[in-house]
Amino acid sequence: MQVRPDGTAAAPARPGGSLLKRANPLSKLASALLLTLAVLVTVDWVSSTVVLAAELALLPLLHIRIATLIRRTWPLLVAALIGAWGTALLAEKTGTVLLETGPLVFTSGSVAAGIAIGLRGLAIALPGIYLLTTTDPTDLADALAQKLKLPHRFVLGALAAMRLVGLLVEEWRTLGLARHARGAGPDTGAAARLKGFGGQSVALLVQAIRRATRLAVAMEARGFGAAERTWARSSTFSGVDAAVFGAGLAVSAGAVAAAVAAGTFNFILT
Amino acid sequence: MVDIVVASVLAVAVGVIFWAWSLGYAGVSALTAAFPPLAGLYTGGWLIAGVLGALIIRKPGAAIYCEMLAAAVSGVLGTQFGLSVLLSGFIQGLGAELVFLIFLYRRFTLPVALLAGLGSGVFLGLSENILYNLEWAAQWQLLYVILTAVSGAVIAGGLSWLAVRALARTGALAPFASGQTGKA
Amino acid sequence: MLFGRKAGRSRAALRSPAPSGSPAPSGSRARPAAVTARGWGWRHGGRSASAVSGLDLTISPGERVLLLGASGAGKSTVLHALAGVLGPDTGGVEHGTLAVDGAHPSDPASRGRTGLVLQDPDSQTVLSRVGDEVAFGAENLAVPAGEIWPRVRAALADVGLEVPLESSTAALSGGQKQRLALASVMAMEPGLLLLDEPTANLDPAGVVEIRDAVGRVLDRTGATLIVVEHRVQVWAELVDRVVVLAAGGGVLADGPPGQVLGDPGHRETLAAAGIWLPGTAPEIPEDSGASWHPGRGDGSLLLSARGLAVSRTNTGPPVLTGADLSLAAGTAVGITGPNGAGKSTLALTLGGLLRPHTGTLEAAAELAGAARREPFRWKSGELVERIGTVFQEPEHQFLTATVLDELAFGPRRVGRETDGKTLDRVHELAQRLRLDHLLQANPFTLSGGEKRRLSVATMLATAPRILLLDEPTFGQDARTWAELVALLRGQLAQGQCVVSVTHDAEFVQALASRTLRVADGAVTELPSTPAAAVQVNP
Ligand SMILES: Nc1ncnc2c1ncn2[C@@H]1O[C@H](COP(=O)(O)OP(=O)(O)OP(=O)(O)O)[C@@H](O)[C@H]1O
Ligand SMILES: Nc1ncnc2c1ncn2[C@@H]1O[C@H](COP(=O)(O)OP(=O)(O)OP(=O)(O)O)[C@@H](O)[C@H]1O
Ligand SMILES: [Mg+2]
Ligand SMILES: [Mg+2]
Repeated sequence: MQVRPDGTAAAPARPGGSLLKRANPLSKLASALLLTLAVLVTVDWVSSTVVLAAELALLPLLHIRIATLIRRTWPLLVAALIGAWGTALLAEKTGTVLLETGPLVFTSGSVAAGIAIGLRGLAIALPGIYLLTTTDPTDLADALAQKLKLPHRFVLGALAAMRLVGLLVEEWRTLGLARHARGAGPDTGAAARLKGFGGQSVALLVQAIRRATRLAVAMEARGFGAAERTWARSSTFSGVDAAVFGAGLAVSAGAVAAAVAAGTFNFILT
Repeated sequence: MVDIVVASVLAVAVGVIFWAWSLGYAGVSALTAAFPPLAGLYTGGWLIAGVLGALIIRKPGAAIYCEMLAAAVSGVLGTQFGLSVLLSGFIQGLGAELVFLIFLYRRFTLPVALLAGLGSGVFLGLSENILYNLEWAAQWQLLYVILTAVSGAVIAGGLSWLAVRALARTGALAPFASGQTGKA
Repeated sequence: MLFGRKAGRSRAALRSPAPSGSPAPSGSRARPAAVTARGWGWRHGGRSASAVSGLDLTISPGERVLLLGASGAGKSTVLHALAGVLGPDTGGVEHGTLAVDGAHPSDPASRGRTGLVLQDPDSQTVLSRVGDEVAFGAENLAVPAGEIWPRVRAALADVGLEVPLESSTAALSGGQKQRLALASVMAMEPGLLLLDEPTANLDPAGVVEIRDAVGRVLDRTGATLIVVEHRVQVWAELVDRVVVLAAGGGVLADGPPGQVLGDPGHRETLAAAGIWLPGTAPEIPEDSGASWHPGRGDGSLLLSARGLAVSRTNTGPPVLTGADLSLAAGTAVGITGPNGAGKSTLALTLGGLLRPHTGTLEAAAELAGAARREPFRWKSGELVERIGTVFQEPEHQFLTATVLDELAFGPRRVGRETDGKTLDRVHELAQRLRLDHLLQANPFTLSGGEKRRLSVATMLATAPRILLLDEPTFGQDARTWAELVALLRGQLAQGQCVVSVTHDAEFVQALASRTLRVADGAVTELPSTPAAAVQVNP
């Protein structure tokens, strides 16, 4: 326990760790949003490559093992590949024909567009992963309510619900077993299984609503819902946050600038 | 107060159901990879939270709030869309919200639910075209919007309405407006 | 701590931590609260009968009250009302007046005056870190930030929960969660502490720990206490007053524990109302069917496990290994052991719901019939007529919208719905378990004890060869407990096998069960109680 000179005990220290873990969630969020925005507004390989390169360069900051990273990101790689393939397949067939088999036609133009979309997909996905692996939802909620002044009832309601993600996943399994035990489990056949899935879904929603009403009672019993409340842990900004935000700003501005300079900038609303 | 917590938990539960659903249907991705616009048929699943939340809570903003939170859940459970899910969640929720607004939050019948799902689906299709499918040829983009609209109406609108009816029958909705008027 | 009490009225005054006249310690605790009810009543939305009616009660500051009453008598309703969470938006109707320190509990002035610990600790955890969870209430009451952490630490120390503030609330054991719930409420420094069956589902050691933690907290804060619990024994020492709610409304008895529970004049009334009286065994009615007597049960083998290891998930590590056991017709088996030892996991595996981690679980031909030998491979329809598992959490198994449908579901599923006897059986069960006035009610709106009885009754109605019951007696009053025992004896007499996971030693004895103890990852058989010794201990 830390005791201040005036005798009051301080809030428990947040675990130190990587730079990104120490930053305020809001600065990370803002930075990630900027990066996302920079790649969202244009579809071109230059801006995506710049952002992606910067993101990969920041990887060591995550303090995450390569194996873990691959396990978390392989679905993103697959999705990026599928996105690239889809666009190459469906884009305007400009440029020279590279491949033509039956209905499938790939031209240099469509393949380039596909590559740009694939790179862009990765560049969009990574900031989410960064934010997720380095941010505690509670800290994010603290920051949203205290710094952004979002209404605390919604922020805390959402936070309490997010805690239930794992519990409800667990509950889904348990409900399956419980229904099976009563003879309402899935029998064979696609139609029966679909019906079973529907029944189990409704049961989960019922449980969710029950849980929610009980949770609301518990929260209300603990004084939740008043207009005024204090925060035991104050959300603060520090130099780290300036750096995080600055880096995000610099990379996104740089990416757009590079695309404009290279003449590839391709605004999505035109 | 109860409404906020219930709306939040509902959104989370829908996220979980959708996750359970997608576990068993990896084959769908293979199919849609062959012809991407088909993915539009599947997207209605993402839109359930907004329509369902509004049908149950019956308050302004419920659709947008639930849809955004469900989007955040899908972010937590892993998605390839990164932070842009929040933007998408907002846009999709807005599509449903506008329909309920047109009916002044007074009517929650099957046609309204279908329309809300449709609205949500159209907003989803249009926004995805702008955000991700930008390079597709125009006819494919149009096809995509049509498919997402159908999917939104049928899956998000129809299924949500059925779910609310089933929930009302279990009595779970008793504390809410949707449970007190009996049939939604 | 100074508050007007008639001398000698209660022992609480003597236990006050600070000698009279000494200055209050810094960050002094809130004053203890007074409770008054005048002709108070509450009818829940959707019900025609009132849950509570005609309640007249005065509780002075600092008193410690044990609130008793039959299951369904309205105890939880009273606690919820006092905590101000019986919202009018649920469609309920209130009569009379109820006040905490002169203000209605849902009045803003009462905010934070009461602290309610719900029966199920899992559903009241709000946040994901222990420290934040305890701080939550104080934050909502707008306590200055600087005062919150000292309060949090003090509350955690009071309840004896010594884990880092950063640890996850999801990773706590049942007993720890119960302590956490208590600490979260204590950090609000309420003047009135309301505990609804705070030790349900805890192992005997955990029960004592929680009781002691509550004692410590009260000694330090002097708060008024109202605790609801069916088993009087545990709390009799700690409280200085017992109030018994009458099921039909009003108060049946009120006074110091020794007087209420010890007075021979009261005994009959109280026993009839289902109150557990220390020193007397509930009278177990004869079952209408074949007569049961202890020591039966050399019936044929139904299910056997060899070298069984069980785990919750297909990939997870086993929670216990090397279990060898066999279940025979007409026998009762009790599974006991500390919280988290793996009892429920074992039961789910025996019930054919979870895949055995390693080892074999095989049904004898008599049980399996035309189906395969491994229960895990049975289809839903095959399973229900062979093994019936009642889950620890009743709500997981409710499938229909009314109590009546719920009871009839099982018999219908196994194709006995045309049989007129089925309906008779359903009504008999409902009547004996005192659910008959609730047949049209929604299962989810029942009281805690009623839900438990209903979920056990659904399996009794289905009557599979093996019954696996996870904590079948929690939340029961003495009468419904005795009826459950009688019904299960009836099943045993008919050659069914009854396996119960339970912390209730009296129940194990009443069924003359073989006892298996699950602890430290292994299952051991305890020496069996000689048939002659089978009686209910005081
Ligand atoms: N939300 C609800 N809606 C409708 N009826 C309810 C609700 N909660 C409780 N009841 C009914 O009110 C009566 C009293 O319930 P309460 O939970 O107060 O009983 P209890 O004394 O706490 O019982 P137990 O010992 O079984 O927990 C019961 O008949 C119950 O079915
Ligand atoms: N749904 C679950 N998923 C994963 N692990 C679980 C789950 N439920 C319990 N466990 C873990 O499995 C172990 C055994 O749990 P189990 O519920 O079988 O214990 P128990 O003996 O029934 O305890 P109790 O007396 O508290 O009911 C515990 O360590 C527990 O933390
Ligand atoms: Mg109760
Ligand atoms: Mg258990």
